[in-house]
Amino acid sequence: MAHSADHTHHIVHEDGHHDLEELRKFGFWLFLITDCILFSVLFATFAVLKNSTAGGPGPKDIIEMPGVIAETFILLTSSFTSGLAVLAMNNGSRKGLIGWLAVTILLGACFIGLEASEFLKLVSEGHTIRTSAFLSGFFTLVGTHGLHVSVGFFWILALILQLSRHGITPVTVRKVQITSLYWHFLDAVWIFVFSIVYLMGVI
Amino acid sequence: MGMHGGHGHGAEEGRHGSLKEYATGFALSIVLTIIPLLAVLNRWMTGMGALLVILVAAVLQFAVQLLFFMHLREEKGPRYNLMALILGIVVVVTVIAGSIWIMANNKMY
Repeated sequence: MAHSADHTHHIVHEDGHHDLEELRKFGFWLFLITDCILFSVLFATFAVLKNSTAGGPGPKDIIEMPGVIAETFILLTSSFTSGLAVLAMNNGSRKGLIGWLAVTILLGACFIGLEASEFLKLVSEGHTIRTSAFLSGFFTLVGTHGLHVSVGFFWILALILQLSRHGITPVTVRKVQITSLYWHFLDAVWIFVFSIVYLMGVI
Repeated sequence: MGMHGGHGHGAEEGRHGSLKEYATGFALSIVLTIIPLLAVLNRWMTGMGALLVILVAAVLQFAVQLLFFMHLREEKGPRYNLMALILGIVVVVTVIAGSIWIMANNKMY
């Protein structure tokens, strides 16, 4: 009897906690939707100002596809590895979870490094955010995405530290699921940056 | 063991995806990246044709991310995630298409 009562209490507690974590996940989903709207404004600005080069370089003059292609496949792979991290977590493997999260942010760091070197090269050639409306739109859109990836890097790094201290708990499970959603979202936004800014830029 | 079981339960409730699902999504994403890339770099198409290939591949890949990686299909009960997403897409399309449309017809600009 005592065991049964204890068991019931356990389930109720788990469910209450579970609902709260689900609600927090939904709250994060709503944030992602509003972030979509933020990016839509930057995309609209870029699309409208694309041809306003003010005598400066146009998309074809500044885009170097090899680096961009590398960035695209790196971010795509990191989206996959963040999924593998969730799978490892579902299997109860803390080591696998931390390992895949580490791979994910290392790939993220490579992505940021490539993007930073692209930006630095443009600036060193005198093509800055002030050069033209096109470049303002370009740096703002691509830079905002890069900033998101940078935030994700430090966020997941902090999560790895938490996981190594507290292990897989209902709270860290939710955090892993949320950061994984965030990372997939960043890859989804990058698909459109890659397509609209870079691929359409070199047509 | 008891603690471990508790964790297993928690993880199972939120359990999403399988290796097969993630691998399929990853493979589809690679294919959908390579197709527009080759189409543009090898100049298989130009102008509207190329634009269309790029946009269709991007939208399909967005769907792959949502379905295979973000598990949109596995939502139970009222599909608030899906409804919020649809609202978001409506706003996004309105903002982007509206901006382009208005500025394309703006003689002052």
